[in-house]
Amino acid sequence: METRITPLKDEHLAHHALMAPFAGWEMPIHYGSILDEAKHTRCAVSIFDITHMGELFVKENPAQSSLERAITVPVTTMKVGRCRYGFLLDEAGGILDDLIVYRLAEDEWMIVVNASNEVQDYEMILDRLSSPATIENRSAEIVKIDVQGPLSIDVMKSIAGDGVSKLSFYEFGRFDFLGSSHIVSRTGYTGELGFEVYVGREKGEDLWRRLLSEPNVRPAGLGARDILRLEMGYPLYGHELTPATTPIEAGLDRFLDMKKEFIGKDTLTKQIREGVAKRLIGFCAESRRIPRHEHHILVDGVQRGYVTSGVFSPHLNRGIGMGYVDASIAVPGTAIDVDTEKGAFTATIERVPFLKQTSIKHQEA
Amino acid sequence: MDINVRDGYFYTKEHEWAKIEGNRARVGLTDYAQHKLGDITYVEPPEIGKRVKQFEYLTGIESVKAASDIYAPLSGRVAAFNDALESSPELVNSSCYDEGWIAEIEISDPSETANLMDAVAYRAYAAGLE
Repeated sequence: METRITPLKDEHLAHHALMAPFAGWEMPIHYGSILDEAKHTRCAVSIFDITHMGELFVKENPAQSSLERAITVPVTTMKVGRCRYGFLLDEAGGILDDLIVYRLAEDEWMIVVNASNEVQDYEMILDRLSSPATIENRSAEIVKIDVQGPLSIDVMKSIAGDGVSKLSFYEFGRFDFLGSSHIVSRTGYTGELGFEVYVGREKGEDLWRRLLSEPNVRPAGLGARDILRLEMGYPLYGHELTPATTPIEAGLDRFLDMKKEFIGKDTLTKQIREGVAKRLIGFCAESRRIPRHEHHILVDGVQRGYVTSGVFSPHLNRGIGMGYVDASIAVPGTAIDVDTEKGAFTATIERVPFLKQTSIKHQEA
Repeated sequence: MDINVRDGYFYTKEHEWAKIEGNRARVGLTDYAQHKLGDITYVEPPEIGKRVKQFEYLTGIESVKAASDIYAPLSGRVAAFNDALESSPELVNSSCYDEGWIAEIEISDPSETANLMDAVAYRAYAAGLE
């Protein structure tokens, strides 16, 4: 498949970005220092080009709602103006994607999906919808910029007006700036107070420059984003979430509405009742060593699991990671060894988020 | 990319530098290497007294991007490790030729410098990799 290029590429190169392939796109990985960008996000505000993510728009009479069965999110009972996190599952409960649903109107939803799954998700949901519901893939028309950090609220007020400060966590609104109306949601993937902004492709460059002209704003790449999400224990599709795992194994029960019907529910009901064989855990290295995808997790020299993601946390000054282990050892405080190609190191299973005090739930006075 | 190369140092193709004083060589990574590796997060302390051979494994280093090996520019015995790197490995990024030095080797065969590049040769070599 042809590599897709963000319309902000020239802006990134002007800021000395290292561009690299990511999920079929060429995206900025960093602008000099991944660690500095992660630290800046937690103390000030960073902007991230997240244009690679997909946006699918579904229209359907809520009385019919075949969309309700297609994904785990309770689309017809959630309020207009709210966002909800959930999953697209296969028949066996395996995770085909994780997603955020925006209820745009009584009969319209925007579903934000991972870049690598955009086309399959579109086809799968289309297949599950019954006529006359419609689904449209508008990913190519939309630029998505995440504005994240404790000072993000000042930046967004300056651009979109004071109204943005009224948004509560996982709420969105439409705001007028750059000559038209755009969706802004109080969401993000960093664990800080933050916003996700959706604009038409032609407005992307203007918004990016406008954001950078605000005080304290710096660009951050996907490298920093990976550190920030892991410090919060947020899963990433293709790493913690795959068709071979379920939301129960991933410990994401709280994002499920088990009172409604959806494809894949039977397996989840069974797993809740009978338990699971493996569980997703977070762990913290004793040292600065970095766990990496597919390293083995050992206890007393015997393999009991595998690493799905790992980074160096500049806020904890040690390596942190996530992985799947036998459910019987998935207990905070358990000592594990991470077996790397360059020798093993010791780590301890810990409850996520690794960082407990962030600005994410900030409320305007 | 502007690559900082220090005159008076010797260099390897794997981007280590060696600065010789008497029978000791202070060893580190070049500006080119630290730039390519990205933020350094860990430098493994080599065992003091360990014998190393020219161009063979000296110790390990990790960056946000990858774990890699550091090779000994000269044969000898490991005489010192830069302890400052245990808590501040980022010195390899910020000061690769000075405060971010990695180890000292008591060299056993000074004639091995003939297998290394000088600053002029290394500058040309690194520029050719771009």
